[in-house]
Amino acid sequence: MRNGTEAVVVGIAAFLTFLAAGFAQDDLFRAHAWILFAILAIATVVLFRRVEFAPAGQSVAARDTSGYMDDVIRYGTIATLFWGITGFLVGVIIAAQLAWPQFNIEPWLNFGRLRPVHTSAVIFAFGGNALICTSFYVVQRTCRARLFGGNLAWFVFWGYQLFIVMAATGYLLGSTQSKEYAEPEWYVDLWLTVVWVAYLVVFMGTIVRRKEPHIYVANWFFLSFIITVAMLHLVNNAAVPVSFLGSKSYSAFAGVQDALTQWWYGHNAVGFFLTAGFLGMMYYFVPKQANRPVFSYRLSIIHFWALIFLYIWAGPHHLHYTALPDWAQTLGMVFSIMLWMPSWGGMINGLMTLQGAWDKLRTDPILRMFVISLAFYGMSTFEGPMMSIKSVNSLSHYTDWTIGHVHSGALGWNGMITFGALYYLVPKLWNRERLYSLRLVNWHLWLATIGIVIYAAVLWVAGITQGLMWREYDDQGFLVNSFIETVSAIHPEYVMRTIGGLLYLCGALIMAYNVWRTIRGDVRNEVPMGGGQLAPAPVAAE
Amino acid sequence: MDYSTFRQIADSWGLLYLFVLFIAVIIFTFRPGSKKVAEDVSMIPLKEDDKDV
Repeated sequence: MRNGTEAVVVGIAAFLTFLAAGFAQDDLFRAHAWILFAILAIATVVLFRRVEFAPAGQSVAARDTSGYMDDVIRYGTIATLFWGITGFLVGVIIAAQLAWPQFNIEPWLNFGRLRPVHTSAVIFAFGGNALICTSFYVVQRTCRARLFGGNLAWFVFWGYQLFIVMAATGYLLGSTQSKEYAEPEWYVDLWLTVVWVAYLVVFMGTIVRRKEPHIYVANWFFLSFIITVAMLHLVNNAAVPVSFLGSKSYSAFAGVQDALTQWWYGHNAVGFFLTAGFLGMMYYFVPKQANRPVFSYRLSIIHFWALIFLYIWAGPHHLHYTALPDWAQTLGMVFSIMLWMPSWGGMINGLMTLQGAWDKLRTDPILRMFVISLAFYGMSTFEGPMMSIKSVNSLSHYTDWTIGHVHSGALGWNGMITFGALYYLVPKLWNRERLYSLRLVNWHLWLATIGIVIYAAVLWVAGITQGLMWREYDDQGFLVNSFIETVSAIHPEYVMRTIGGLLYLCGALIMAYNVWRTIRGDVRNEVPMGGGQLAPAPVAAE
Repeated sequence: MDYSTFRQIADSWGLLYLFVLFIAVIIFTFRPGSKKVAEDVSMIPLKEDDKDV
């Protein structure tokens, strides 16, 4: 019998959730339990319909487990794209809410509840799915081994989607523990812990049974991302629930300790989720697309360890001029500035991989995407250390400059490298000769790039405007501007940032169309990129 | 262990430990003969990737 145990276990879980809804201590938990019950009930029906029986005395014919396990990666590719578009769409909506407050629809769709939906959807749903599916792809190819643990990889995939849905519905209902990028309440956190341990087991198991003696550097980055995120998640979410069947919990830390733990978590989510994990992608997909080995393998090792040693200390720069002790603020600032070096080590290593192959940029828009991505990585990892300097931070902190900085990193570096990796993966995973259209990739590239440039540039202007207006004193020592004056001063920038985000979203929609046609097996009849052959250089007369 | 003791260990022996470890990583990475090894292993992703498991 196949799928029998799984169906029964999910069925029991659905029943327990039903009980939890009945005995819930508060309305939020009850609503959340009903949502979970509905999902698990549907999953039970689906699984029972997929149960396969064998005649007495025989067992169901074994599935072919000889090649690489790519089914789960195909699902992951689609999920990445789906959550990406969802997250970008919510981003455009909340940008519009800031520009035109009428778009706030109480209570479920106001800015306060939609904002964590946006951040979690783009970081954890889009970025997380991208990391899980590319790490599964890369670890199999570079270890030359099938994924470890059989169906455990499927548990990781579906378990992670369940976490995303529970987190997002919780935000809309108003369930939050008020920790930035870690908003889900205790029971959702516990579920993510289970899924994450399974992810670690699958990844580590595959490395352990590798046929390639050396562990390729991309896997080092992926592994450091998985382990560190586990550690960050466990410590930052340490909390005491008010009741076993209630949605409220209290943090294990108080006051400034709580703030520091939160930003130790928050900044290392940037460092290990959005940097180390995505560098793992970079070290596989850029060499593959350029068809050249990485520029310097030894540089990749040095900058890996430098990144690991330095990142973990940078968090306090989020708490400049607060109750945090001065020495801790300075420590965070100094480590942030030192981080510039390993970050640029990675950028240089990625860009220089194209040494001798720069001509490929004329014809390969996917490679262009990787180059743009690395350029934004270099730019935002220069801007970040600069903003962590206390005197700069006194101008930039709490302003939209910070939001612009985050988006040049997230849209530019994380988004672009994910798009490039997906464009590489889709034809391979579905056995297609090539993508449906390279020209559409180019459209995506430029829409996204122009979108980011508009977004980042207008928020520089908005942020510096805010920062200067907030600190403006008159000759009597009074503040010149009221807060609302600083808000109306940047209304044009808020409108323009919405347009920038809209362009980025349009690019992603074009990608969805391109991927869909590629999976269908269509190939667009189009003029090749690069404008045809170059004429040979005329031979100079002697 | 109270906070002050913990902090003193962290900013003396802890710091030294991490620093020495990092220097050791650098020395190991640039040990004689490492260039050849690094060039070989950097080719791992470029080997045939669709058939052999």
